[in-house]
Amino acid sequence: MRAPLAQRLLLYALLLLGAVIAILPMVWMVSASLMPAGAANSYPPRLFPETVTFEHYRALFTRLNLGRYLLNSTFIAVVVTTISLLINSMAGYAFAKLRFRGRDRVFRLLSMGLVIPVQVSMLPLFLLMRELGLINTYWGVIIPSMASIFGIFLVRQYAFSIPDDLLDAARVDGAGELRIYLSIVLPVIRPILATLAIWTFLSTWNDFMWPLIVLSDDSMFTLPVALANLSGERVQDTELMMAGAVLTVLPVMLVFLVLQRYYVEGITLGSVKG
Amino acid sequence: MSTSAMGQRAGWWFVLPALALITGFYFLPVAGSLLLSLTDFDIYAIASPDNARFVGFGNYIALLHNPVFWTAVRNTFYFALVGGPLTVVVSLAAALLVNARLVRFKGFFRTIYFVPFVTTLVAVAIVWRYLYHPQYGLLNYVLGWVGIGPIDWLGNPRWAMPAIILMAVWKNFGYHMLIFIAGLQTIPSELYEAAELDGAGPLQRFRHVTLPQLAPTFLFVGVITMIGYFQLFSEPYVMTGGGPLRATTSLVLLMYEEGFRWWRLGVAAAVAFILFVIILAWTLVQFRLQKEQA
Repeated sequence: MRAPLAQRLLLYALLLLGAVIAILPMVWMVSASLMPAGAANSYPPRLFPETVTFEHYRALFTRLNLGRYLLNSTFIAVVVTTISLLINSMAGYAFAKLRFRGRDRVFRLLSMGLVIPVQVSMLPLFLLMRELGLINTYWGVIIPSMASIFGIFLVRQYAFSIPDDLLDAARVDGAGELRIYLSIVLPVIRPILATLAIWTFLSTWNDFMWPLIVLSDDSMFTLPVALANLSGERVQDTELMMAGAVLTVLPVMLVFLVLQRYYVEGITLGSVKG
Repeated sequence: MSTSAMGQRAGWWFVLPALALITGFYFLPVAGSLLLSLTDFDIYAIASPDNARFVGFGNYIALLHNPVFWTAVRNTFYFALVGGPLTVVVSLAAALLVNARLVRFKGFFRTIYFVPFVTTLVAVAIVWRYLYHPQYGLLNYVLGWVGIGPIDWLGNPRWAMPAIILMAVWKNFGYHMLIFIAGLQTIPSELYEAAELDGAGPLQRFRHVTLPQLAPTFLFVGVITMIGYFQLFSEPYVMTGGGPLRATTSLVLLMYEEGFRWWRLGVAAAVAFILFVIILAWTLVQFRLQKEQA
């Protein structure tokens, strides 16, 4: 049975309309960032530049220290991703597969933390970081993100599928638990680690509120904090702000587009078997 | 030593780093927040904690008498109660479209729809600020085609919150769409075939097969959407600064201003804790409603 042509056309029309709405703001952002100063503020609005210029990108790197923010953001996101991947995967695996007293009670307690808004912790955390001398440092941003309940949850969900026989066979052969984790568990859970790595990288890169609170010195700012700061000072410089937005979004977009296969499949996992 | 005892020890060692970090940098600060909210901790106490005094529920009582607090409560609920359901409906519609039997290039559309979700909120909030420009903005231009007069989206207290909601829906629907797609794909096709044999049309199949089968997905999406939306902060911080006339000041923005602009950490902690209670209560209500329906 074939559906009528009209029905199919309507379906595709709606899909295309949705696609245009989804990416139009991005298209305009890129296009405005290439316009000469002032050109984006015209009526009727232009969707594409008449003349293309890279002056705003140059200005961002030469006058506005953007290279530094890019470096800050990259360093923080890479370190958080690496460390949290190790810590969350060990915990997630143990909660699924290792037997120890109080395991399930501890896990239940932990997952209750998912309904606590993270902002509730921020005021005392700020005072704690101050005591530790970590205000305005990379570690002040990194440490609170080194372990995440969501990450543990995701790995645990996936680790249930590891066959017990596989682990027991290794134990019989005399392998230690750490050895089993490194040489058997990690390879098996690689797909979910890829998902978690991308998820962590993206959310650390995009994170705004905590870096805004903990970083006070301009030279320590991450890209979102610097961009928000800049947009307060230079609200009139539309094209310059768009160039800044492009440079902030571009790295995460590339990571997503290149690795989306690992990402998209994994993030629905937490929901299906919740 | 027996293997089970070794397993015991290993298990604790494996979870210890995560537990220590989450306890020290999350659970304890949350508990600390409750204590903080019972003190008059301010800029003098930052200089020397001895200056902080216990004030009981003083901060809470003061908040209840503060009109700005009630404005923030109202705005937060406005955003969550309008934006949340709207996001869920748009996500479901997108999932149904992308997942439709007739559609090819599913992966392409799925990716395009998901793009807004991975972008940096601060960056796209700045982009949208220009899209909402009353004179040069793209949105007013398009609305002009159908004769809707220029709206000062972010400058008018009536339109500022709808503008923020619109952007939030655009930014977030892709994620929930993915979850709905996963949910849709778990529905056995026999159910649809049986319904079709019984003479059910597309709308009836949607009502009697799709919706009930998606109930657990709805609960999950509903809960995480609402928890996230009650924490509204970056959008108003970047786009409106909480204005105009406080029309977009959310509870988290109020907490940020009290705590990190005026350094009234005691008051800010009270705001944070009230938000926590609101989110907790709302989540419990959602679970209860779901149970009653099932």
